[in-house]
Amino acid sequence: MIRPDAELLLDITDLHASVEDQPILKGVNLQVRAGEIHAVMGRNGSGKSTLSKVLAGHPAYRVTGGSVRYRGTDLFDLEPEERARLGIFLGFQYPVEIPGVSNLEFLRVSTNARREKQELEELDTFDFEDHVKEKLKVVQMDPAFLERSVNEGFSGGEKKRNEILQMALLEPVVAILDETDSGLDIDALRIVAGGVNQLANPDNATLLITHYQRLLDEITPDYVHVMAAGRILRTGGRELALELEQTGYDWVDRELAAQGAA
Amino acid sequence: MTVSTMHGVLEPVQERGRAALERLGLPTRRQEPWRLTNLKRLGALAEMKLSEAGAPRPLPDSSGLRIVLDGISDPLDGVTLPEGITLLQAAELQQALGHTLDRCGCADDWAVEFNHASTKQVLALRIRGTVPPLELVMSGGSGLAATRVLLLLEEKADLEVLEVVLADGQSAHTHLLEVHLGQEAQLRHGFLASADGTASLLAHLAVEQEPRSSYSFTSVIEGWAFGRVEPRVVQVDGQAQTTLKGLAVTSGDQQLATHTAVRFAGPEGELDQLQKCLAADRSHTIFNGAITVPREAQRTNAAQLSRNLLLSERARVDTKPELEIVADDVRCAHGATVSQLQEDQLFYLQSRGISAADAAALLLQGACQEIVDQLPAAARAWEPLKRVMKGLSS
Repeated sequence: MIRPDAELLLDITDLHASVEDQPILKGVNLQVRAGEIHAVMGRNGSGKSTLSKVLAGHPAYRVTGGSVRYRGTDLFDLEPEERARLGIFLGFQYPVEIPGVSNLEFLRVSTNARREKQELEELDTFDFEDHVKEKLKVVQMDPAFLERSVNEGFSGGEKKRNEILQMALLEPVVAILDETDSGLDIDALRIVAGGVNQLANPDNATLLITHYQRLLDEITPDYVHVMAAGRILRTGGRELALELEQTGYDWVDRELAAQGAA
Repeated sequence: MTVSTMHGVLEPVQERGRAALERLGLPTRRQEPWRLTNLKRLGALAEMKLSEAGAPRPLPDSSGLRIVLDGISDPLDGVTLPEGITLLQAAELQQALGHTLDRCGCADDWAVEFNHASTKQVLALRIRGTVPPLELVMSGGSGLAATRVLLLLEEKADLEVLEVVLADGQSAHTHLLEVHLGQEAQLRHGFLASADGTASLLAHLAVEQEPRSSYSFTSVIEGWAFGRVEPRVVQVDGQAQTTLKGLAVTSGDQQLATHTAVRFAGPEGELDQLQKCLAADRSHTIFNGAITVPREAQRTNAAQLSRNLLLSERARVDTKPELEIVADDVRCAHGATVSQLQEDQLFYLQSRGISAADAAALLLQGACQEIVDQLPAAARAWEPLKRVMKGLSS
């Protein structure tokens, strides 16, 4: 939903970032307002996953220029955990397995860390169990997964559902979903997309990082951005994704070449 | 008959121990089993005077059978042994004492002789049938505490025992345990040894298993300035089941060595072993896992895994499997890993609002949980995980 007067949540200006001294982002500009759903598309290596990790604060990624303001605050002044508490959520492309750490306990600790910032009451073990059972419905997840170690031995689909469950619990202001659709069969994709749709509201925003248009059959974006060579090359509406589906990314090369020549 | 009247049995053992120590001298780095040992600390331990009196310390409540050993007072004072657990008579003790040590090849072992030379009493129990869980709490005063325990599990006996060793300050503890498991006997053995970072520990366990017996050993050891723990198991005719799960945790400038030795003296024996070491600060953990499979031990199935976490750049881990396999029809798997806390795991937790310090603590707890969960139920009162985490953060 596009409302020009809605709160500007994320303001990315000329963002540059490197990993292992290799420049990946080379001037990203993007504004995200409350209520909007943005899709960031692009080939592998275009920088779209790097963008998501930089926003969440992964230590392996170094910001070398530009700025990101989150609700007016300099995002890079905040530790990753502080960003999460304030409502930035990254849904991982490859959720990490953590043996020995109970999924339920992990979810409770993280939920309470966020709730403190939301000025909500801390949930004890018993209250949290009721709370999480409600949220399980969002992704139709079996409660048995709560008893296991975080993501350990989960299938690809189960891991992604666990990500969306975390999103449901943390009630983010800006949710960045990094290739949440990768590795999912069509049924799992529908469940995960259904969860994202249920959680979207006029006060929050979603950034979908995706390679394929099929996720956009399930979640309708307000904006589609195409990334290439570390920048947003083109921005359009939903029709841009459909165009990509039909023509592929070849035009990207031509456009890049033309820009390089110019 | 009480424990204190058994001094007569132990006197010759003590004399032999002293003579052996004279003959052996302090171990040196040229001896392979002691190569990495902090000999200065071992020397200080060897010089320590025997404590004169036990230290009464507050113990958590226990609903089961608890025996407190300080090496001096009568541990059975005020204790009623339940049906199925009896004290060995002097003649029986004379016969049994040292038998398992011999079978496990512990003759002339310095740590064993040191215990021989120091112990003034032995708690020797015979176990018949299924008996209630037993808790042995070992805690000395200042100086050196020396304890010795012998457990004879008769055929089909079933016992769960938790040994707790506690020490603090400039003190040391030498403990020697001999266990004989008769055919089809079962022993679940927990060993929780916890100190304040200044005390030293020498613990030597010799376990002899008859066929179809099952021995399951879980150790959680933390907080010792200097520690050496040596569980040795022999399956006398194979066909037995051995499980060894160990967690060794060091911080500061502590050194903790675990030397396990399992020998299959017959066919179709099984071993499942997992050793975890966590080393923080400038500390040093050592693991040596010997497995001996002679010709007669065909169809042995043994698996050993050593997993180590280095929590600082100055910490050190030495881990070494020592497999000696002569039999040809066997399955022996072994592996060792040394790693640090994974950046990706830390970031994942941080990205969910958990602080870097809490995330590291959660990961460490996760790493320890796998072993701690295997301790006997009675261990819960001692809060082993809390001890480990406190030891790491101090």
